[in-house]
Amino acid sequence: MTEFIQQLLNALSLGAIYALIALGYTMVYGVLRFINFAHSDVFMVGAVTGCFLGKYLPAGTWWGGLSCLLGAMIVCALLGMLIERLAYRPLRASPRLNVLITAIGVSLLLEYTFQNEHVFGAAPRAFPQIFPEVVWQVRGLTLSSNQLLVIGVALVLMVALQFIVFRTRIGTAMRAVSLNPRAAQLVGINRDVVVAFTFALGSALAGAGGILYALNYQSVEPLMGVMPGLKAFVAAVLGGIGNIPGAALGGLLIGTIETFVGGSQLSTYKDAIAFALLILILVFRPAGLLGRRTIEKV
Amino acid sequence: MSFSLRTFARLALLPVISASLFAADVASIKVGEIASLTGKEAAFGQSSHKGTLLAVEELNAAGGVLGRPIDLVTEDNQSKAGESATAARKLISRDRVTALLGEVASSRSLEIAPIAQSSKIPMISPASTNPKVTAIGNYVFRVCFIDPYQGTVMAKFAKSELHLKKVAVLTSVSSAYSVGLAKYFKERFTADGGDIAIEQKYSEGDKDFRSQLTAIKAAGVEGVFVPGYYSEAALIAKQARELGLTVPLFGGDGWEAPQLLEIGGAAMEGNYYSTHYSPEDNAPAVQGFVKRFKARFGGETPDAMAALGYDSAVFLADGIKRAGVTDPAAVRDALAATKDFAGVTGHTEIDANRNATKAAVIVTIKDGRFKFFQSVAP
Repeated sequence: MTEFIQQLLNALSLGAIYALIALGYTMVYGVLRFINFAHSDVFMVGAVTGCFLGKYLPAGTWWGGLSCLLGAMIVCALLGMLIERLAYRPLRASPRLNVLITAIGVSLLLEYTFQNEHVFGAAPRAFPQIFPEVVWQVRGLTLSSNQLLVIGVALVLMVALQFIVFRTRIGTAMRAVSLNPRAAQLVGINRDVVVAFTFALGSALAGAGGILYALNYQSVEPLMGVMPGLKAFVAAVLGGIGNIPGAALGGLLIGTIETFVGGSQLSTYKDAIAFALLILILVFRPAGLLGRRTIEKV
Repeated sequence: MSFSLRTFARLALLPVISASLFAADVASIKVGEIASLTGKEAAFGQSSHKGTLLAVEELNAAGGVLGRPIDLVTEDNQSKAGESATAARKLISRDRVTALLGEVASSRSLEIAPIAQSSKIPMISPASTNPKVTAIGNYVFRVCFIDPYQGTVMAKFAKSELHLKKVAVLTSVSSAYSVGLAKYFKERFTADGGDIAIEQKYSEGDKDFRSQLTAIKAAGVEGVFVPGYYSEAALIAKQARELGLTVPLFGGDGWEAPQLLEIGGAAMEGNYYSTHYSPEDNAPAVQGFVKRFKARFGGETPDAMAALGYDSAVFLADGIKRAGVTDPAAVRDALAATKDFAGVTGHTEIDANRNATKAAVIVTIKDGRFKFFQSVAP
């Protein structure tokens, strides 16, 4: 039983990170109908920024940790807007496949830039302990402050996102663009502003995810975003792409399956089993768990 | 002024001209080196490359081998699968090297070995300990001990020094080195009456080991054998301590890198690993090497990979000298006949399977530093 609860805790902290990244994929898909493959590298940039800021902030303090988190979110938000402005906006009128290929290009550009010795280097580096670290032992259970922090911060950010999307003007505009871009423009919504804001929001969440991931696993390297990014993308599809609560649910589900398979004798098949289950779910619910089947009107 | 310069130029050209006139090959002896200078296991490649470089520089300063300088051609495989094979093909067909030095990781040496064997170019791995590497063919050598020996050393150590009866094994399934080492450890440990309570697996590049470690903790073991590389071992130690798994962890020479302490930090305290050499060894050969290495690389203390990199180059030079020619087949025969080679990592005998027989060293981590624990004779 103790082992089960411990694994559940591991699953929640991993799933929370996948959920944070998945939100970025789903939001961009919601407004632009394409997959931003550079998103997983924005996640990596978040962790790298934290690694860099950690050197200048006092380690192991709450305000130091929170300012590090905020710093990484701001850097990633700016990077996300920059990528959108330079790489995606000029292609908005072209076929979606072109934008998709550009996204892969941006992803590789970021990965290889950061592998350069003068930027960051390919070798993994230790991530500083930016938050105070405490470990509690409760009836054989080990609760680490890092894991609880990951779950807590992810939860707060998801609630904040829900508030922005459903309770603010810009959120309403986002939903309007997602529902019908042309009609949204007709009622006076500036689509460029909404798209830029969506990228900023999604990238900030990825940046926070990067910090939390690095905090949890303590090492940072330029290709660290590839696998979590892929799984988060899958989580977004699983939950129903374009659907925000769906992305969060998908992330938690993938994290849970992966952790429980990882703790069994089949540990090396954990990714294979997680993805096989995903295919099964999509066979029975093609639009994802919470996704609505849309009918193209002619 | 102009006279001396011109004379100098002529003198410098002389060996080149004479070599091209009287010998079929060029003046320098080309030696290829394949190392993971960047990427995940960059610490290995960087160390072994520095050791090899120091050896080549010293050999050249002493007049080269057979009176000819050694020209080291280094290729980086970025710690990626597949790149080593490409590099080996390039070095053999384009650079026409006499011999190949490399790699540290067994999986990558296994990429190079078949190419070296089919091209009949001697290959010397500085630190690949998986037995399969030299089994590829008679042109493949190594200057380190092999995993059956290393696994036995660690199993005996766990049983009689740490007094462990029930241990767990956490293996990386995508590394030939890790799988081999785990196998020999398990064989010996169970033969000695020990109990392998649980075996968990991971893949190279994984960052989350909590699920495996939680299962290991639930099995109630007294120690965990982690036969992987430093990048994962450090994270495993950190996550194990975080989950309240406080039993000693121990591993093989794949742990040897400064990043183990950098990333692992306090979680590495009281853990052990077996390796090829310790810079704390008082033998004059070791101390002389440590001094020269520090002088050449800004005070950096050479680790086992650096010492083996150095030994691999000196071992090759020794073979070429005894062969008297740079013909790859003759060099191979000379290398195979090596007896009692005195390297930095100890006296080395090359056996019939082209493996080195030599002593192992056990290192522990104390006060955030690597500390020599004991030496185990073969």
